[in-house]
Order: sequence, then structure tokens, then C-alpha cells
Amino acid sequence: MSRKEKKPTDPGTTGHSWDGIEELNNPLPRWWLWTFYATIIWGIGYTILYPAWPLITGATPGLLGYSSRQEVRAEIADVSAANAAIDARLMATDLAGVAKDPALQRYATAGGGALFKTYCAQCHGSGAAGNVGYPNLLDDDWLWGGTLADINTTIAHGVRWDQDPDTRYSQMPAFGDILTKPEITQVVEYVRALSGQENDAALADKGKVVFGDNCAACHGEKGKGNQSLGAPNLTDPIWLYGGDRKTLTATVEKARYGIMPAWSSRLDPSQIRQLAIYVHQLGGGQ
Amino acid sequence: MVDVIVLTLLGLVVLIGGMAINFAQDLAFQVQAIIVLGAAAVIFIWYLRRVEPVPADSRFQPASGYMDGVVRAGVIATALWGVVGFLAGTYIAFQLTFPVLNLDLPFTTFGRLRPLHTSAVIFAFGGNALIATSFYVVQRTSAARLWGGNLAWFVFWGYQLFIVLAAVGYVLGATQSKEYAEPEWHVDIWLTIVWVAYLAVFLGTILKRKEPHIYVANWFYLAFIVTIAMLHIVNNLSVPVSIWGSKSVQVFSGVQDALTQWWYGHNAVGFFLTAGFLGMMYYFVPKQAERPIYSYKLSIIHFWALIFLYIWAGPHHLHYTALPDWAQTLGMVFSVILWMPSWGGMINGLMTLSGAWDKLRTDPVLRMMVVSVGFYGMATFEGPVMAIRAVNSLSHYTDWTIGHVHSGALGWNGMITFGALYFLVPRLWNRERLYSLSMVSWHFWLATIGIVLYVSSMWVSGIMEGLMWREVDAQGFLVNSFADTVAAKFPMYLVRAIGGIFYLTGALIMCVNLWKTAIGATPRAATATVPAE
Repeated sequence: MSRKEKKPTDPGTTGHSWDGIEELNNPLPRWWLWTFYATIIWGIGYTILYPAWPLITGATPGLLGYSSRQEVRAEIADVSAANAAIDARLMATDLAGVAKDPALQRYATAGGGALFKTYCAQCHGSGAAGNVGYPNLLDDDWLWGGTLADINTTIAHGVRWDQDPDTRYSQMPAFGDILTKPEITQVVEYVRALSGQENDAALADKGKVVFGDNCAACHGEKGKGNQSLGAPNLTDPIWLYGGDRKTLTATVEKARYGIMPAWSSRLDPSQIRQLAIYVHQLGGGQ
Repeated sequence: MVDVIVLTLLGLVVLIGGMAINFAQDLAFQVQAIIVLGAAAVIFIWYLRRVEPVPADSRFQPASGYMDGVVRAGVIATALWGVVGFLAGTYIAFQLTFPVLNLDLPFTTFGRLRPLHTSAVIFAFGGNALIATSFYVVQRTSAARLWGGNLAWFVFWGYQLFIVLAAVGYVLGATQSKEYAEPEWHVDIWLTIVWVAYLAVFLGTILKRKEPHIYVANWFYLAFIVTIAMLHIVNNLSVPVSIWGSKSVQVFSGVQDALTQWWYGHNAVGFFLTAGFLGMMYYFVPKQAERPIYSYKLSIIHFWALIFLYIWAGPHHLHYTALPDWAQTLGMVFSVILWMPSWGGMINGLMTLSGAWDKLRTDPVLRMMVVSVGFYGMATFEGPVMAIRAVNSLSHYTDWTIGHVHSGALGWNGMITFGALYFLVPRLWNRERLYSLSMVSWHFWLATIGIVLYVSSMWVSGIMEGLMWREVDAQGFLVNSFADTVAAKFPMYLVRAIGGIFYLTGALIMCVNLWKTAIGATPRAATATVPAE
């Protein structure tokens, strides 16, 4: 190294030349060298303070005792501690009674909103407006009930979620194997009539009989549905998969089997309550 | 005798290729086998026709002079793959802005086109630029013809075959899902063969040099070739499920696999995009500026410091993951210490211009190289900053990383390569000068504005995204959903995509200019010098 050399005005070259390229004999720029040294010294200091050097059975823990996992645990513990009192109050209050306690209602709605964005928005949309196959949670049409308790149960145990014995369960048969093609066409026309859509009256008339024999057991004589069975109301213009002829035919022939996870395996009871309260106040809660 | 061996080998490849087509387990493997079979059959016929008329003894006379045909081919490939890569990048930037452009086809989804873009720019554009310039530079600075005769041509065509096989695999869904190491096992094996041949040609040329010393550019090129070989082999260790299928299973698993991947991934940046391109810089900047290198001592110190430190920096890609804290600390510390060694190259590049700064006014090619070195300095400062654990907790997984990579890739790698191409084409095709310097100026400004649009929009987008992700209310609840952050990024995505159009347009202008230069079109009248706008 050239630290002790005096810097001449003309550094001269190293005397080599490659394809006409020469190299000057300039020393290392001082600021460059000292910054380099400074980063090295900082590096040594940092590795003494933080976990760094691997040994046989572990690594040096560092003087500060830092651990990224502990850091996260501490942050989570801080938030939990700060919310412990109000969380306990939420669990102690009857679900229907939460609305009477504005502070509690605010807390539950904020918490439920955050949980919804993390766990539910993927299917139901970040505004909860749903998508084809994923119910809209803003309207007052409910498959399994729209009371706070109903929503709480649905979130906790899911829909057709095999691992949870208390899951909401129902299964519509695939009528493609049961009914004839003409019968399916007829019942589709009848369902369109039920929901007040344009239809072929003659076919719909025949479809009424098919409906009575095959569908009314779950969807009801008048097609109003049955929330205890999760059977949708067929008389309103709200469709989970679609009310056009093609979609209805597919639904009747092959049936549907939408699934929602049981969140009790992932979230704690207070969080599920927050979610239920959040979904309930979106507009459609009963 | 050699002919018989070569023809037998080619025949064997055709035979095995035919079997592979027949037994292929998946579409990607089958199409790749068809390409290999076709290539081998064409070469077989070409070789056979070539064997007859040339008397055996004359073909083995030592050729004299520099071997520039392969460099010319490399220059063409670099320009072509550059346009392909920039086009793919611009398209996927628009896909992120307008998802309908995914076209609802598996082949055109972002997930498949993204590796196509990264591989096209890093390995096809960057790789061809490195191979072509290293072949040019090592001959000139060693005063020796490339070692190994037509082995250099094997490297060139073998590398193009690797690119095509990799690209076909991506589009048809064959990937081992390791970033920048997506090609499956059989394509990896082929690249290994090509790479060893590349090392042999390069090292062979250095060994038979007529200069007493090895020029600094060649240290960097050699470090790049050797280290990439090591990284490529270790990161791609895998067991194929079937020799007739593209699927394979990684040897490492879990966090070991993650660390191996980022040891590879970061050093693909360190040795492919930094060391290799520094080799380019160390030749073309002093040649274009017609000035000596600023400091020989600095080049020695920063070379060894860079080579030693870079290889340890990979764990900074895995902050706050399953990787143990101690490994994260070391990755961060080595990244920060790497700052000055990286800047050594920038200082040597910029200070080489002392006494020649006035040339920036009149020489847009030199201007391009200087801006490139500037972007290099910026990116190698930003990198250590982002490697700091606290900064990384904000920047990681956001667009900030994408912006950082592109200030390096578009600014440093792209611009120095453009500069090298502008330098090489008139010399390789024996033209007095470039067809149009004003077109170079246009390219320079379009590219620079494109980079500024790209990088600044990604800074804004990345920092915004990072802040939105961690935003919590007074009770510790998250404020934004992921979809909220995606929606908020729309304007920045649009600006980024427009930046891509600027950069792509500049590259197209370059291709026209280089083409006109190569065919010897008459330079447009008047302005030979264009002052800086």
C-alpha cells in the first residue's frame, strides 16, 4: 500500500500498456480508504453487539441479546396487553349487547375490519361485495342466517369444512343424474319464474311439478329457501352463481359445493366475535 | 478423426433427442427435445457438407489475427436479445397495470413471462454482452487469438441454445421456481457444459498471452466466469424425477435451500452483473476516453475486496425469515462493508476521465458510459442501505427492490453495454465511425429519462407500499388490506411502464444506428458532434 508515499503532482504510470491502455500510479483516495476502514470497524462492533459468529453448537448471541423473534413476540405482547381489558369485556358481553357499548362496538368493528382485510378479503373482496361463488356480505340475503350469533357460528366453524365436526353442512344433489334433460329445462324455467325473470310459461308450469317433487324439500314450496339447511332463497334477484339459463342449468345438473374454512382453528374467540360484529354492521345484519 | 467424433456425437444427440421426444413426460421437455434434435440435425448436415471440399491439412493450420467473427455474432445477439428482453419487461409492466393483458392464457400470464423477461435481460442480453466483449477484450489485452479454435463458436451457439431452451421451458411451465435459476435440470447441465468451454477459451487465451501482465479487465472477467460456474452448479443441485421429464427435486430443502438460492441470487448480481460488467468498464471507458486508468492500486484493492466480500452478502435477502439471526447479521455487515469496494470501480471509471471531461460535451457514447458508472455508484450505495435490517423491514417485498434492481440493470448494465456496442460495431465492421451520433444522443436521453421515470416511480410506490403494509391504528389493528396497497400503486405502475417504453424506444434507435453502421450506410450529413443538450 502507498499510504506513506508522498503524492507527486504527476503520478506516472505503472509502465504497462495493453492495447494502448495505461494505468496511472495514483494512490488510493484517502476518503475512500478511511470510509472503508470505518465500515470494517463498524462491522466488527456490530457483530459483537448482535448475534453473528457461528460456533460449533450455536452462534455468538451478541452483547445486546437481540433476537428478531423476541422482537416480534414483544411487539405482539405489547398490543395484546394494551387490548387485554377491552378484549375481556368483549368476551364477557353478550353478542347482541355489544352495540349498546359504543367503545366496545368501535373496538370490535376496527378489529374485525383489520381481520377481514387479512383473512376474508381474498374471497369476499376487500369491500365485502363478494364474487361469483362467494356471497356478498353487504345485502340482507343470508344463506346460513344473518344474526350476530349465526354469523359468529359460520365464521367459527366454516361451511362444508371437513375438519370441523360442527361445520355448516348441506349438499344439493347433482340432478343431472336424477332428472331428464327436459325436466331440467322445465325446472330452470320455473326457477326463473320464481325470481321474476323472463321465462317460458308453459315449460315453467311443468317445471313447478318437478320443483315440488325434487327441490321443495330444501328450498321450500314457494322457493323461499331454508337457512337452517343453507338452502338459498330462489325468489329474490340475488344469485351466488348466477340466475341466467346456462348457469342455472349447470347448478341443477352438477350442483355446487362452496367451501369456507373454519376460522376457529386460526383465530381466537375474541377475534371471531370482532369479525362477526364487523360483518353484521356492514349493512345486512339481522 | 475429429470429424468422425464430431459427427458421431451429433448423430447420438439426434438419436437421444428422438427418444426424448418419444418418451417425454411433459410438453416443455418434448418441445425442448424437438429443438435440440433440430439443431443437432442441422449442424450434422452443415458439418457433413463442410467436411468434404476442404483438405484436412489446411483446416488445421493455425489461423492468424484476432478471432472477431464470434464477437460480431455476439454483438448482434446482444442487441437482438436486448430488444426482446426490454419488450418483455415493458409488456409485463403493462400487465401489472392492466391485468387483462394476461390474456387468460397460461403461456402469457405474468408468472411465466416474468422469468422470460429477467432471463432475457440478464442472461441473454447481459450474458451475450459479457461473452462478446470478453472475447474482444481478452484478445486485445493479451495480444493473442482466442484459444481453442472453433470452441469459441461452440460457446456462442451453445449459449444461444441454452437461452432458447430456457425460454421455451418458462412459457410451457417448466421451472424449478428459483429466482434467476428457473431452468430445469437438463437445461442446467447444458449450460454447465457451455460454461466450462467458455472458461477454457478465456483461460486458454490468457495463458498464451504475449503481454507480461494480465490486464485488470481480465481479472474481473475471470472472477465472473469462475464464480458463476460455482454458483450455478451448487444452486442447481437436484435429482430429476425422470430422465425424460423436466421436473426435478432440489437437494437442499427449507431454509438451507433458501440460503443457497440467495447466495446464488445475490452473487448472480455480484459476479454476473457487477464483476463481469466492471471488466467491460475497465476496457471500454479508457478506450473511449483515450485516457489511462486512474489508479492501478485502487483496481487491485477494490478487486480483491469486492471478490472476497460479495460472496457473503446473500443472507440480506432473508432478513426476518426462518434464517437464524446470526446469518442475517453477517449478510448485513458484509453488505455494508462492500460499499467502498464497489465504489472503487466507480472512482476508477470516473477519475479516468480527468483531463478528458470536455469530451462529454461532444461524445454521446462516452456520456453513456459515464452515466452508466454513475448509476453503478448509486445502485451500489442503495444496496448496502437496503441490506440494513431496519431499512430492509420497510423495503423488503416492495417495489423499492424492483426500482433498485432496475437502476442497476437499466442504468449500469444497460448503458455500459450500449456504450460498448457503439464502440465495437464500427471497429468490428471496419467502418470509420458510427452512422449517426445524433441518434446516439437520442438513445441516451430516451434511456436516461426512461430510467428516471422507472426508478423514481418505484421508489414512491415501494415506500408507500411498505408504509401501508405496516400501518396500524391506535389499537394495533392493520389499516390496509393487501388489495388496498395494490390499488394505490396504479399510477406508479403506469409511470413505470411508460418509462419502459422510453427505454425500449432508445434501444430500437440503437439497433437501427448499429445496423446502418454495419452495412456502411453513408452517415447523415453535417453534425458529427452533438453537444450535450
